[in-house]
Amino acid sequence: MSESTKPHHPNPQGKGEKTHGSDFSYVGIDAILEQMRRKAMKQGFELNIMVVGQSGLGKSTLMNTLFKSKVSRKSVQPNPEERIPKTIEIKSISHDIEEKGVRMKLTVIDTPGFGDQINNENCWQPIMKFINDQYEAYLQEEININRKKRIPDSRVHCCIYFIPPTGHCLRPLDVEFMRRLSKVVNIVPVIAKADTLTLEERDYFKQTIREELRANGIDVYPQKEFDEDADDRMINDKIREMIPFAVVGSDQEYQVNGKKILGRKTKWGTIEVENIAHCEFAYLRDLLIRTHMQNIKDITGSIHYETYRVRRLNESNGSWGDRRFRHAGLPRLGEMANSNSK
Amino acid sequence: QYLGDLICNLEGYVGFASLPNQVYRKSVKRGFEFTLMVVGESGLGKSTLINSLFLTDLYSTEYPGPSHRIKKTVQVEQSKVLIKEGGVQLLLTIVDTPGFGDAVDNSNCWQPVIDHIDSKFEDYLNSESRVNRRQMPDSRIHCCLYFIAPSGHGLKPLDIEFMKRLHEKVNVIPLIAKADTLTPEECQQFKKQIMREIQEHKIKIYEFPETDDEEENRLVKKIKDKLPLAVVGSNTIIEVNSKRVRGRQYPWGVAEVENGDHCDFTILRDMLIRTHMQDLKDVTNNVHYENYRSRKLAAVTYNGVDNNRVKGQLCTKLDTVEGMSPLAQMEEERREHVTKMKKMEMEMEQVFEMKVKEKVQKLKDSEAELQRRHEQMKKNLEAQHKELEEKRRVFEEERANWESQQRLEQQKMEASRGKKSSNAKVKTH
Repeated sequence: MSESTKPHHPNPQGKGEKTHGSDFSYVGIDAILEQMRRKAMKQGFELNIMVVGQSGLGKSTLMNTLFKSKVSRKSVQPNPEERIPKTIEIKSISHDIEEKGVRMKLTVIDTPGFGDQINNENCWQPIMKFINDQYEAYLQEEININRKKRIPDSRVHCCIYFIPPTGHCLRPLDVEFMRRLSKVVNIVPVIAKADTLTLEERDYFKQTIREELRANGIDVYPQKEFDEDADDRMINDKIREMIPFAVVGSDQEYQVNGKKILGRKTKWGTIEVENIAHCEFAYLRDLLIRTHMQNIKDITGSIHYETYRVRRLNESNGSWGDRRFRHAGLPRLGEMANSNSK
Repeated sequence: QYLGDLICNLEGYVGFASLPNQVYRKSVKRGFEFTLMVVGESGLGKSTLINSLFLTDLYSTEYPGPSHRIKKTVQVEQSKVLIKEGGVQLLLTIVDTPGFGDAVDNSNCWQPVIDHIDSKFEDYLNSESRVNRRQMPDSRIHCCLYFIAPSGHGLKPLDIEFMKRLHEKVNVIPLIAKADTLTPEECQQFKKQIMREIQEHKIKIYEFPETDDEEENRLVKKIKDKLPLAVVGSNTIIEVNSKRVRGRQYPWGVAEVENGDHCDFTILRDMLIRTHMQDLKDVTNNVHYENYRSRKLAAVTYNGVDNNRVKGQLCTKLDTVEGMSPLAQMEEERREHVTKMKKMEMEMEQVFEMKVKEKVQKLKDSEAELQRRHEQMKKNLEAQHKELEEKRRVFEEERANWESQQRLEQQKMEASRGKKSSNAKVKTH
C-alpha cells in the first residue's frame, strides 16, 4: 500500500479506531463532527429547566445539586423567612456556567406557590401561560422579516415535576397537572425527598405511579412515540422502567470513608446523594445532562414547539402578517405552515 | 363569722388515707375510655403511628389505604379497640379522617371534622340532661393529633386554617410526621418556625399543666421545648447491634422509633398514655365541653324558640343563663305563644273566606250554566212541538182528503150497485 501524505485532520471525537482502508479513499467527511464541535463550543448551549412542586419538596436544593453550584432562586434571592406566596409566581434565574471549555446558559424557572393554597383549582394555568408565552416569543422572532442570526431560545425544554413522597399514590392535583402539561412540554416526574421511603416502599410507590400515569394516558419524557430506532427504544425502555426517579438533594459535603461526598447526615446514617444504592439522583443527572440533554431540546423544538406553531398559525390563518409576506414575495402563512408540518 | 381554713391535727389513725385506693379500685373495675382523633393528609404515616403507639394492628394490611380509596370526599371513620394491660381496661376509639386535604380544592375540608366533634358533644349533652343517667358513654374527642408534612419550611395555609378552627373545640397536638426526612438541624429550625407561626396566628394548642412537683415541672419544660413533636412510626422489628428494635431500614442505616435521639416518639407515647391521658380528658370535659354547652344553651334560651331542638330532648336547665329570670322567661314565652296563635287564627280566617268566595263563585257559575241549558232545552222543545203541529196538520189534511175520497168512492159504489140491481131487475122481467 503506497503511502500518500495523510491530510491533516484531528481524530474525530469519540469515534475510536476507524479503519480508513487506503488513505487515498479517505475523503474527510467525518471531520465535520469536529467542526460542529468547535462551533458548538464557541456558541455555547442554552438550557431552560422548570421546576414545579409544592413548597418544601427540595426543588431548589436539587437544582443546586444537579449543577453543583448555587443556581437556584433561593441562593440568588436569600429569603430569611420562607413565606408561601398567595398566588403562583414564576421566577426565572439565569446563570452562565462553564465546564471544560463548554459554555452553557442555564435558566432555572421556579414556581413558588404551586399547590400550596387551600384551593388549588387552576393552579396550572399560570404555568401553561408562561410556557405558551415562550413559544409565542420564539414564533414572533421566527416570523420576523429581519431575523436575528441566532434566536434567543427561552422555551422551556424540560419541566421537572416533584411528587411528594406519600408512598401511596398520585394525588388528584399531580394527575391534573401532568395530564395538561405533558402535551406542551417534556415532563420528568421525580419523587422528592426520597430518603423518607424504604426500598420496598419506594418500589411500590413507583409501580403505583407508573400504573396511574398509564391509566391516565400521561406521556412523560422519554415519550414512547418519539423513539427513533431500536437502539433508542432499548435505552429509553430502560429509563422508562425507572421513572419516576427517587431523588435526594443536598449541597452540603461530608466525609465518608475518607471521601468528600454530597449528602445528608442524620443520627442513624449518612445519605449519599450520588450513591445509586441510596437514591437515583445519579440517573436523573445522567438523563438530564450527560446523555439526553440534546434529545430533550430537540423534542421541545421539533415537536412541542411545532405543535404550538401549527395551532397558532391555523388560528390566525390568512389574516395575520399577510401583508408583510406578500410584499416580500413570499408565500402566505397558511401555505408555509402546511409545507412545514410533515 | 368566718372561721378561715381550719387545719386539724389528727390524734390517731382514722383511715381515709385509703380513699385513693378505693377510687383506684373502682376505676380499674369500671375501665377507662379514650377517644383519639388523627387528622392529616394522606401518606403522612397516621395509621402506622397509631399502630406503633398502641402496639396493635388497628390498621391491618387489609384496611384500604389511600390508593384504594374510591370516594374523594372527606370521611370520618371510627374504630374501637379494647386494650387490656395489668388488669386495667382501656376502650380506645380512634377517629380517622381519610381524604382530608387530598383534593385539588380543599376549602371546607375541615367541616366534616367540626361537625363530628360537635355531634359527639351534643350526644354527651343529651345523655347528661336525660332523666335516667345510669350509663353515660363518653365518646367525646379527647385529643386531636394533627400531622404536619415535613416540608422543612413552615405551616401550610391549610394547616393554619384547620388549627385555627379547631383549637377551641378540642385539644390539638401538632406533630411533625415522617420526621426521618429531616436532619437534626433542619428539624430544630422547622420546629422553631412552626411555633413562631402558631403564636403569630394565636393558635391555642394543648398546654401541659404546671404541677406543684418540681421534678414533674422539669419534665414538662423539657417536653415544651421540643414542641411540636417530630415522630416516626413503624411496627417492623429490626436487629441493630444484636438488639431488637422497632424501626425503618434504609440502605444507609436504621431509624429507630424508640430512640430519643432519632425522634420524639417515646415522648409522645409517654405523654399521651402514661402521664397526660387523664389531663386530656379533664381539659376536654372542663374547658371544651363547657364552652360548647354554654354556647348551645345560650342559643336555646335567648330566642325563646329552640333553634336547636333535638327530637324530644329539650334542655331544662334555664336558670344558669344570666339576664332573665325563669318567670319573666315564661311570661315572654306565653306572650309569644299567644301572638302566634292570633296570627294563626287570622290566617285561617283569611283562608276560610277565600275558600268561601271561591265556592260561591263556582256555584254561581254552575247556576248560570244550568239556566242556559234550560233555555236551550226549552227552545228545542218548542221547535219540536212546532214540528209536531205541522206534521199533525198535514196528517189531518191527508185524513180529510182520504175521507172525502172514501165518501166519493162509496157514493160511486152505491151508484154502480144501484145500477146493477136495477139492471138485474130489468132482466128478470
